[in-house]
Amino acid sequence: MTTPINLTQAETGLVDRFDAARTGLAGSDAVAALRASAAGQIKAKGLPHRRVEEYKYSDLRAFLKSAAPLAAAVSVDEAKAALGAADMLGELDRYRIVIANGSYVAELSDVAALEAEGVSLADFNAALAGDKGAALLAQPKSAGTDGVLALNTAFVQGGVVLSVKAGAEVSKPVELVQIAVSEGAQVTRCRVELGEGAKLRLVETFAGKAGAGETNAVFDYDVADKAHLATTRLMISEGAGAVLATTLSRIGAKAELKTLCFIAGPDFTRNQQFVAFAGENSEAKIYGVTLARGKALADQTLIVDHAVPHCNSREFFKTVLDDDARGVYQGRINVAQHAQKTDGEMMTQALLLSEGAEMANKPELEIFADDVICAHGATCGEIDEDLLFYLRARGIPLEEAKTLLVLAFLSEAIEEFAEEDVTEILEQRVRDWLAAK
Amino acid sequence: MPAVQETIDRVKEIDVDQYKYGFVTEIESEVSAKGLSEETVRFLSAKKNEPEWMTEWRLDALRRFQTMEEPTWARVSYPKIDLDALYYWAAPKSVEGPKSLDEVDPELLATYEKLGIPLREQEILAGVEPKNRVAVDAVFDSVSVVTTFKEELKKAGVIFCSISEALREYPDLVKKYLGSVVPVTDNYYATLNSAVFSDGSFVYIPEGVRCPMELSTYFRINEQNTGQFERTLIIADKGSYVSYLEGCTAPQRDENQLHAAVVELIALDDAEIKYSTVQNWFPGDKDGKGGIYNFVTKRGDCRGKNSKISWTQVETGSAVTWKYPSCILRGDNSRGEFYSIAVSNGYQQVDSGTKMIHLGKNTSSRIISKGISAGKSQNTYRGLVSAHKKASNARNFTQCDSLLIGQDCGAHTVPYIESKNATAQFEHEATTSKISDDQMFYCQQRGMNEEEAVALIVNGFVKDVIQQLPMEFAVEAQKLISISLEGSVG
Repeated sequence: MTTPINLTQAETGLVDRFDAARTGLAGSDAVAALRASAAGQIKAKGLPHRRVEEYKYSDLRAFLKSAAPLAAAVSVDEAKAALGAADMLGELDRYRIVIANGSYVAELSDVAALEAEGVSLADFNAALAGDKGAALLAQPKSAGTDGVLALNTAFVQGGVVLSVKAGAEVSKPVELVQIAVSEGAQVTRCRVELGEGAKLRLVETFAGKAGAGETNAVFDYDVADKAHLATTRLMISEGAGAVLATTLSRIGAKAELKTLCFIAGPDFTRNQQFVAFAGENSEAKIYGVTLARGKALADQTLIVDHAVPHCNSREFFKTVLDDDARGVYQGRINVAQHAQKTDGEMMTQALLLSEGAEMANKPELEIFADDVICAHGATCGEIDEDLLFYLRARGIPLEEAKTLLVLAFLSEAIEEFAEEDVTEILEQRVRDWLAAK
Repeated sequence: MPAVQETIDRVKEIDVDQYKYGFVTEIESEVSAKGLSEETVRFLSAKKNEPEWMTEWRLDALRRFQTMEEPTWARVSYPKIDLDALYYWAAPKSVEGPKSLDEVDPELLATYEKLGIPLREQEILAGVEPKNRVAVDAVFDSVSVVTTFKEELKKAGVIFCSISEALREYPDLVKKYLGSVVPVTDNYYATLNSAVFSDGSFVYIPEGVRCPMELSTYFRINEQNTGQFERTLIIADKGSYVSYLEGCTAPQRDENQLHAAVVELIALDDAEIKYSTVQNWFPGDKDGKGGIYNFVTKRGDCRGKNSKISWTQVETGSAVTWKYPSCILRGDNSRGEFYSIAVSNGYQQVDSGTKMIHLGKNTSSRIISKGISAGKSQNTYRGLVSAHKKASNARNFTQCDSLLIGQDCGAHTVPYIESKNATAQFEHEATTSKISDDQMFYCQQRGMNEEEAVALIVNGFVKDVIQQLPMEFAVEAQKLISISLEGSVG
């Protein structure tokens, strides 16, 4: 389409925001060129909308009414104060890395302790200014010209580069917390590099009030051969804006990636993942748990690229919707022609608790190799009357019985994720969510 | 294994390159000027002695068509079709319509004989009352030539004729229902069809009548460069039942031929329509040259309560297929079914599936789709199941399985499952795999050769769908599948 489009107020705002902010944004000349071309894409195509297949059910153009300015930089003290008020993980014994209003705060991060465990941290902005800055903004082919990624590339304010030395096994989980200290758009990008045989457990959290501005976070995982990466993402925020997260994963040989994304709350949430196998005999386990109520929209989108032979992937997504909430699951397993012996299995299940809730499932398979086993399943329905009756006949009140069944439904995915300390936190979150009704 | 052996023999008999039905009948044809324009549409409409409103309807479609763009979302690729290079009218030359079979051009009859259509019904000639009778409304290029069994159907009150005839004899019925399921502007090819449709079948089953026989149409594309635009309209009035068979075969051609048909089914209260298709158009030669483009819009409307529409299809032919037989489940308690086998080999591209749109209460649907891809073909299942706000207690079960034979083919599954009602219960499952080595080993160990073993396993794989076909088609379908997979192993 070469015809110019009529930009919405938000789109015009974003174009203006880029013009105003571009000189202040970090990066080498090559990075600046990438940013400009990404902003050009927004100007030419606008925000992703329902006529774009990947955003068929999640119309970002219709949701974003205006473009909030980028969140201003904050002092360490302000960040510290905000952090104390919003602790997502409670008692969990962990290291912490802090990003406040889009910028990495070394002073609040456990730099020394992590260093001792073989983990080095660097400011993403510093890396962007270096020779390899432009390479840091590379994106996989399967992401195409994704609008959310383009928004991130244009505006990325900062983030962190986390590298785990080959062979290092980090003893405690690492929390990567992104906190919105004041209102405004929060645009970050983090790179997580695991050396050969390294092991890391990462918990990504979003906290604070982003207000009307969008939160746009990209996580770029590079898992080297024989490394293990387990990540949990909690997308629980009180903001009224859009919360957009993108994962780009590259998995080496004999490596393992395990992720779970937990969505509860925000009005417009999209978690999109592009997972690519780059080495043989690796495994990816991808889980999703979504809770939505009110008029919220929660979107879990996933593309798993089996580009090499002998890899396994498991995708398991659970969605619970109440009130007038809308849930979206879009998943695709690509199997390239030479990726023989691929084993892929995708499952998406949704539970609708109210009349007004809506669910859209789109589990896709795209297979060019013949010696593969791939399957997908999708179910959608309300709570089974028979199960409710069984529990009530045994004296359990209706609401409690429902809670039990919803918890059991979600626990299938949470427990299979099997990160015990995190599992407990997630299950508590589910109970809180159900009790908040 | 006599059945398997028979299949193997047929495979041997017919090479992909020597498409059995690839012959051209030489009869004088009357063709319109090339090109798509208002004149062409007027010429076409006048040739068919259509009423004024029909001409206007076509012209309206043409005007809308000229504003539309060709869709590109399907996973198929083909050279751009030059619509202006097509002829929109071709009819076997005859001064008046034939009064009986004797008056039909003998060469035409010979053509049908080669196709194996029992047009003259040997048994009737011999004075034998057949058990399973099939009425054939044969379409040779664009005009219905002969319709058999008309009398007996008439006795039952069933109207089964060409759509041109229906426009003359029953204009009110046609006017009421034509375009009511597939609107004029539904999609690019349906709109094109609305403007220039040549002919097709019209069926009306009156209230409470169970159609006494299976109705059947054989389509056949003959004239070189003739776009075929069939239009089928089937109406089952309250409490009636009809089973309709459609089978296709076309002669071998180098140039690609476009086929953009529209089929509309309407089931009123308590009515049932069963629509079965065996499609075996020329798929192109072993280098991917030639073949039919099959861009079809098929849709059934369960308009009345307790109505039922069932689609069964066996797709083995065509170079490019783009086809989604759908059901709109409007009436309460209505039911839609879709059973499909799509076999692709050589360079064939298939993008097919169904839509089940649940609008009424307590509606249910079932989708069983079996895709088999071999050679260098691409086979996509694309389907939609949706429940609207008021579709309480909607039920759907979907199963789509794909089988891959050979390493150069692709199998894709693109389901859309949209639920806007909490009481709707949707289940979907899909698998993709190759024929398991264990099964092959088991068969071969018992003395079957590789080809026989594949034929046996594939026939087992598609059994669920074959069982849904009427007897006449089931045997033919099994043979077709085996023929289509010829050369894919070993």
